[in-house]
Amino acid sequence: MSATTELTEPAASAAESATADTARRRVDLGRFRELSLVPAILVLMLIGFIVSPAFLTADNLIGVAQQSTELSLLVLATTFILICGRMDLSLESTIGVAPVIAVWLVLPSSGGRFMGLGLFPEWAAVPLCLLVGAVIGAVNGFLILKLRLNGFIVTLGALTMLRGLQVALSEGQSIVELPSSFTYLGKASWLGVPAAIWICALLFAVGGSALAWLRHGRALYAIGGNAEAARTAGIRVDRIVWVVLIIGSLLAAFAGILYSGHYGSISATQGSGWIFQVFAATVIGGVSLNGGKGSVFGALTGVLTLQLVVNVMTLAGVPPLWNQFLNGAIIIVALIISRFASGEKQE
Amino acid sequence: MADTATGPEHPAPVAEATGISKRFGATVALRDARISVAAGESHALVGRNGAGKSTLVSILTGLQQPDTGNLRFSGEPAPAVGDIDAWRSRVACVYQRSTIIGDLTVAENLFLNRQSAGAVQRIRWKQLRLRAEELLGEYGVAVDPAARAKDLTVEQRQFVEIARALSFGARFIILDEPTAKLDARGIGRLFDKLRDLQDQGVAFLFISHHLQEVYDLCSTVTVYRDAAHILTAPVAELGHQALVEAMTGESASVAAVAESRPPAARAGSEEVLEISGLTLPGACEELSLSVRAGEVIGLAGAAASGNVQVGEAVAGLHRAKEGRISVGGRSVHTGSVPSALAAGVGLVPEDRHLQGLVNNRSVAENATLTVTDQLGPLGTVLPARTRAFAQRMIQDLDIKTPGAATPVSALSGGNQQKVVVARALATDPHVLVAIRPTNGVDVKSKEFLLGRIRQVADGGKAALIVSDELDDLKVCDRVVVMFHGRVVAEFDRGWKDDHLVAAMEGVGTPLASTVSGTDEHGR
Repeated sequence: MSATTELTEPAASAAESATADTARRRVDLGRFRELSLVPAILVLMLIGFIVSPAFLTADNLIGVAQQSTELSLLVLATTFILICGRMDLSLESTIGVAPVIAVWLVLPSSGGRFMGLGLFPEWAAVPLCLLVGAVIGAVNGFLILKLRLNGFIVTLGALTMLRGLQVALSEGQSIVELPSSFTYLGKASWLGVPAAIWICALLFAVGGSALAWLRHGRALYAIGGNAEAARTAGIRVDRIVWVVLIIGSLLAAFAGILYSGHYGSISATQGSGWIFQVFAATVIGGVSLNGGKGSVFGALTGVLTLQLVVNVMTLAGVPPLWNQFLNGAIIIVALIISRFASGEKQE
Repeated sequence: MADTATGPEHPAPVAEATGISKRFGATVALRDARISVAAGESHALVGRNGAGKSTLVSILTGLQQPDTGNLRFSGEPAPAVGDIDAWRSRVACVYQRSTIIGDLTVAENLFLNRQSAGAVQRIRWKQLRLRAEELLGEYGVAVDPAARAKDLTVEQRQFVEIARALSFGARFIILDEPTAKLDARGIGRLFDKLRDLQDQGVAFLFISHHLQEVYDLCSTVTVYRDAAHILTAPVAELGHQALVEAMTGESASVAAVAESRPPAARAGSEEVLEISGLTLPGACEELSLSVRAGEVIGLAGAAASGNVQVGEAVAGLHRAKEGRISVGGRSVHTGSVPSALAAGVGLVPEDRHLQGLVNNRSVAENATLTVTDQLGPLGTVLPARTRAFAQRMIQDLDIKTPGAATPVSALSGGNQQKVVVARALATDPHVLVAIRPTNGVDVKSKEFLLGRIRQVADGGKAALIVSDELDDLKVCDRVVVMFHGRVVAEFDRGWKDDHLVAAMEGVGTPLASTVSGTDEHGR
């Protein structure tokens, strides 16, 4: 008996380990797809290190991270929305209009340079801002999912309309007298690191975990991969997409709070033109424009790549006038890298 | 009480529908239709396109509610509409369109939307994989649950769908044209699997356009025609002829078309299409073939044999690594569709949705897509001429359409295929290459299309039918069989089904005549 078990057990365990090996290799390959930008980031950091001694300092790196926070929240939102096969261009206007509306509702109607309505107490500015974001997302969702309008054009219209609303309300000026509750999150430092970075890290962790380990998170991949199949599997496709659009706009409004707090004012052009960078960061981070593919972590590496390029260029003394050109060039280069790193066609 | 009385000796049918009617606006999709599937039975549902099969499937699976009628599962009334879980525990369904999501793993596909116990509970991936392994093992499906679904073969995906559909506990499964995308070998394995399931007591309703499959697999057949139930009978008692008659309402058969034509001696006529030493990377090697005027040649082969690629190469879709293709003595520049068109090649592509039709455009536009240069002077396309041309095509091919301006997407599958054929014929080609020309087409249209291809050849042209369907190949004067990129056999008229199938499967013993046939055209 013992002889036979001795004979069979090693064989069985060998077979087991072999299957485990193949499984692990496959998982690793899957991970690699998400990590395709990590080498690029490492190379950028090496270049930064060579170019300037100021690069690898805590101050500089924290600065880069803080500047990435607002953009990265939009990228997080776009990641969710793209994975379930939709698009929301109006995010870049939400980041500006939501704070303006919130501030307009709470600031007193006399005394300051910017006249508000004074309808709500000052502490309500943050909740109101988030509420405005949620409403924008809900309206977009209504137009796209209930009236069955084309999502691209609806959100393109919303982008223009909301930007116009912001300009009309703020009379085209920056709003500098902000309630202190509103600027706190963008300004505060926790444990020596800006609060915005902590919050962003937390939101990315929550978002990434939800996509990886929650049924509703996985439903986004199913919807983006094949909406009809998702429906036959009992997933409430429209409801989930609607919630995702609301969460997306909510994140954009929250990015607006961080941005306003960071700079101490709401600028009239806040967020203007960002959507291209957001899409670029998301797509070079491995999220498919056709839906069903990508991860939060990949999208994060996309943002970091773009921000590091700008930082390294600045430190290297490249004239800022070249920034736009380089930004565009790096997007294309990053796309080429991720195309060949993942070995998959980008359609 | 009554249930226990009828229970053991005479179990209630797993699914029974009576008096089902359903209309969509003005069209009646089902009129007082009925069907009854006994426990453990293999039941076939056949009918031409538009007979109401799809509507019946969506009613049986709870996706649509009938206007009138009664639906019972194992003697109990059907669950409420919208209670998806209740429906799925009574009836499983593998839909015609794949509901597998390619970018997710097999395990996740199997447990989609039930990966975890509760909505806010985290998914335990390792456990999910084990559950998937168990489920796949239960149905004997050899697929790695960690593999991404898009890396599976069509056949494996189908098995995964079946396993998933049955995992909700139903003992009755509907298979809506499960064989449409499989090659002969895959179909064989699917049938083995279905027989296994049947031994375990699972009943199924099998929907197919291939009558031979019905005879191979099923014990009972129900025929629908024009939205109504025509007959239900044991398959063994219903001959081929009678079944086709029931489906079409008139007597006819594909075989009759083929056999009515004498094998003409066409040795003297000129060679219209000549393929010599053709090598396509990954598809075929050193392939030679010639088709004479007035001939219909079948190029048979299973899914991976490379026969489709050869057909496509003739039409200019693939560049050859070596070898020559010439039409009417003129050499064709391989890999160039315009060159092939200029040489006089017409193509009926394999997948009409992907390669054949512009869905939302009209029948007229689709039919004239290849001949826009003939529709007006100096690159213009005159609507009147397009209409006239399309009108001629519609008559010529007997396309059932409300008008030339109707979008093709509104036509039935058979008529859509006719539009594709019309387009291939519009250029008046010397060589017609038809790849699986009757795929997803009802019996009547099939017969018509094959007859039309025959007619092209009779008009002094040449036709090449690339297919693995025996019905398609029956109209051919000669059938050349490919296996793994090589010609392995050649059959003249009067071949036996099993010989041809064996050759396609690569298990045939090459007969003396077939070998010599191959050599004749080899180099």
